[in-house]
Formats: sequence, structure tokens, C-alpha cells
Amino acid sequence: MDAEISLTVDGVHRRAVVDTRSTLLDALRERLGNASPKKGCDHGQCGACTILLDGERALSCLALAVAHDSAEITTADGLASGGELHPVQQAFLDLDAFQCGYCTPGQICSAVGVLEEVRRGWPSHVSADLAADPELTDAEVSERMSGNLCRCGAYANITPAVRQAGGAR
Amino acid sequence: MKPFAYARPADVGEAVATVAGEPAAVFLGGGTNLVDHLKLGVARPDLVVDVRRLTSREITDTDDGGLRIGAAVTNSELAADRRVRERYPVLAQALLSGATGQLRNLATTGGNPLQRTRCVYFQDVTTPCNKRDPGSGCSAVGGYTRYHAVLGIPAALPDATSPETCIATHPSDMAVALSALDARVRVLGPGGVRTIPFPELHRLPDDDPSRDTVLEHGELITAIDLPPLPAGTRSAYRKVRDRASYAFALVSAAVVIADGDIRIALGGVAHKPWRATRAEEILRGGPVSEDSVRAAMAAELAAAQPQPGVDGGNGFKIPLVTRTVVATVRELTTEERA
Repeated sequence: MDAEISLTVDGVHRRAVVDTRSTLLDALRERLGNASPKKGCDHGQCGACTILLDGERALSCLALAVAHDSAEITTADGLASGGELHPVQQAFLDLDAFQCGYCTPGQICSAVGVLEEVRRGWPSHVSADLAADPELTDAEVSERMSGNLCRCGAYANITPAVRQAGGAR
Repeated sequence: MKPFAYARPADVGEAVATVAGEPAAVFLGGGTNLVDHLKLGVARPDLVVDVRRLTSREITDTDDGGLRIGAAVTNSELAADRRVRERYPVLAQALLSGATGQLRNLATTGGNPLQRTRCVYFQDVTTPCNKRDPGSGCSAVGGYTRYHAVLGIPAALPDATSPETCIATHPSDMAVALSALDARVRVLGPGGVRTIPFPELHRLPDDDPSRDTVLEHGELITAIDLPPLPAGTRSAYRKVRDRASYAFALVSAAVVIADGDIRIALGGVAHKPWRATRAEEILRGGPVSEDSVRAAMAAELAAAQPQPGVDGGNGFKIPLVTRTVVATVRELTTEERA
């Protein structure tokens, strides 16, 4: 069964007719020509499909497109502005935080979300003091990025890249 | 994936009436579990009724000093709420120990307790499963039981062919904390509003393993209320799992300690979040020490039925859950107060 939806994708207003069964991931890739979010496991286990959905990092493979009609979506493709890479993108380049690159758009969207969550003072499972504002330590980054798998094993460079982009010392 | 119609009613009343009037209808919240089940063929609805934007997304102070959490509040928002972090740390810790940031941003307060078991046989439509396909049997008996129950089941080797057999566990961390907190679930159904004590929301398989909760078809969780806690109450959640992050619990414990009172709920050991009422009775009013907690847990686990299975089965859960409760109580009773 088809449904017509409108989405703002990377700042551009788009309309699409989607099957009610379509996820945001499939709508972006197959209907709207945005192949930035990747289909890894398609079951919410790998994080390759991570996008920013109304400002929050989310798994596009577990979100029905029809349920997110009128949503504002940012993919890794839309993070750069005015010819300047987003600080997270630049940090991934500076610190060699990827190898094959397949998981990278999801890693980058997730990291952008992580930095915003830390800025807001959201705690994580490894925050020693729940009431305090968290600091961007290696342990905090590892825990917060645990939903993004990298089969090349670039974690050792991803963690410092996220910290660098977040201004950690 | 089987085709389905999608509806977004104008309000919760219309949503409840719509689902109640269609046997093959389901509610959609954050979708993190349901959408996966649609893909796997575990869920095969004709109609998906989206309630994510219909229920409250607010956390409000209640007149009695507690909190009311709207069903659409996300797991992330709830765990980050200052009042929850300061007054109900067991709940914030439970939420933060579950899933990942991307999932917690989608998952909702109403939906999390209604997520379904991660039993590998339940999720594999090619295998018999009484929960997914009533009457087909239980593939977990004698199979891969590492994540399965030890409490609330009749025998160490239940009859795999019985339509009543199910040794699945409930996977939610949040639900274990809500059970220990004696939260109350506000439900809207075709007959009106009712309130269910959280420890009574989930059920044992009994004669119908397909039903996880006491909710009737068409009943919708609209909010969860946290009761006020006495001054000086301390609480914590401890989760034991196979890897450091993003894994379901092998066992977990939520402990709430106030002057003369202790509440304990266990995760990963039963078809529902397991309130350790026997242990609580033994400990209540007496000294809470490592020895007394061990003795109380021994009584609680006296009827436990470790399940044989591949890789040694799940008998390890009995000492493990005891140690987990002991460690949580130790943390709460010996930590320096600021």
C-alpha cells in the first residue's frame, strides 16, 4: 500500500510515494537517491544506517518512512556547509578514522549526535556520577559509539577523532 | 514483508477504538522492535496504528511528589532527566545499560516494556515456538538456553511439545527497574482508563505463552507513574552481559533500599521482570548484610529450574544472579554519601 510523504533531506524539501512497509533507509536510498546511509544488517545491530532524525541520531533501518512524514533528516552527505567539512568529518580524515569507509557515514552521524548529547549533559552507562555533566573520555566515546560497528576495526582511530571533534584535550 | 495498512488517528481514543476493532492491528511506538519483527515475519499485522505522536512526551511532577512519564517520552530523554537521575538512579542506569544511543532516541516509555523476547527461536520463523505460533512447541528446551529463564518454569526439562511450554525471558532493562520502583502503568482501553501496578503488567507463560502482558487487545499504555520515595532511599541497577556494551542481560538486578525496606527485581531470569518478593520478605525489617542477602536469595531461588542446553545450559545464572544482587546491595550500603 502506497503513501505520499514529504521529508526535508539535507536541507532540501522532498516528496516521495513510498510503500507503507518502506523504512526511511530504503526511502532515502531507493526513492530519493541519497546513498549516504548504508544498509549493513538492516536489523538495528550495526549502525551503518545512522542518520540525524529531527536532530537526534537514529537508525533509519528501523524507522518506517510513513511514520516520519514531515521529518527533518540530515545524512552524512549533508553535514558539510559552505564548502567546509563538518568538524567530525575533518577529524575522521585527520586521524585516519576509517579504512573501507562503508560504516563511516553512520559513524559520523552517530558521532555528531554523541557530541550534542554530551553538550546537553546526557549521562551514559559508564558515567561514574549520574548527576554530573559527562566528560568526553575514551571510555565515554567507546560506550556512546557502541551501536556503530566497524569491520575494519578502525575503532582505535575513531575514538580519538570523536574526541578531537568534540574539543576534548 | 506482508503488506499492511498504516493509520495515524487524531487522538488516543480513536487509536484505541481502531486497534480494538481490528484483530490484526498493532500499535506502533518508536518501532525499534516492531519494525524488525515486520521484517522477520514475527509480526504480521494487517493494520499498523501509529501512536508515537499521540501520547504525551512530557515528564511531569505529580501531586504526591512522584513523576508521571508520558508514553512518548524517549528512553534517552527519560535517562537524561535530572529528576530521574537524582531521585530514581536505578531507572536511569537501567535505561542507559540497554540498547544504544540511536535506539534509545527512538524507543519510547510505552513501548520499551512491551518489547518482546530475544529468544533466538522466537525470532526465527522456521522453528516451532509457542509464543510466536501457539501450539507449535518450544524449540528452546534443551537447545540454546544461555539467555533463557530459570524461574517461573515447572521443571528442569519442560515438555518441548506442550503448547504451554515457554522458557523465554523478558529482555527489557527498564522494566526491571520499574518493577522494583513499584511504578504504575496508566492504560487506556475500549472500556476506559485503568492503572496496573508495574509488577503485575507482565505475566508468566501459564496456559498461553503468546501473551507477554495482562494488556487486552486494544489497550494502550499512555503514561507510567513513578511513586515518591522516602527521603534517603538509594537505588541502583546492575547488569551482567557477554560484552561491555550493547548486549542483553544474562542477569540483572534492580535494588531499592530505604530505611527498613528493600525491593529487589531481577532481569534475565524469567518470562517477566522477577520481583524477588520472598527475598524481600526475609530481609525486610532485619539487617541487610552480605550474609543475609545471600540467605534471602537462596530462598528466592529455591524453586529455580536451571535449563540444560548447548554450551552447558544456563545453570550459571543461579549463583550469578545471587552475586549480582549481593554486589548491588553492597554498592548501596557501603558507598560514601556525599
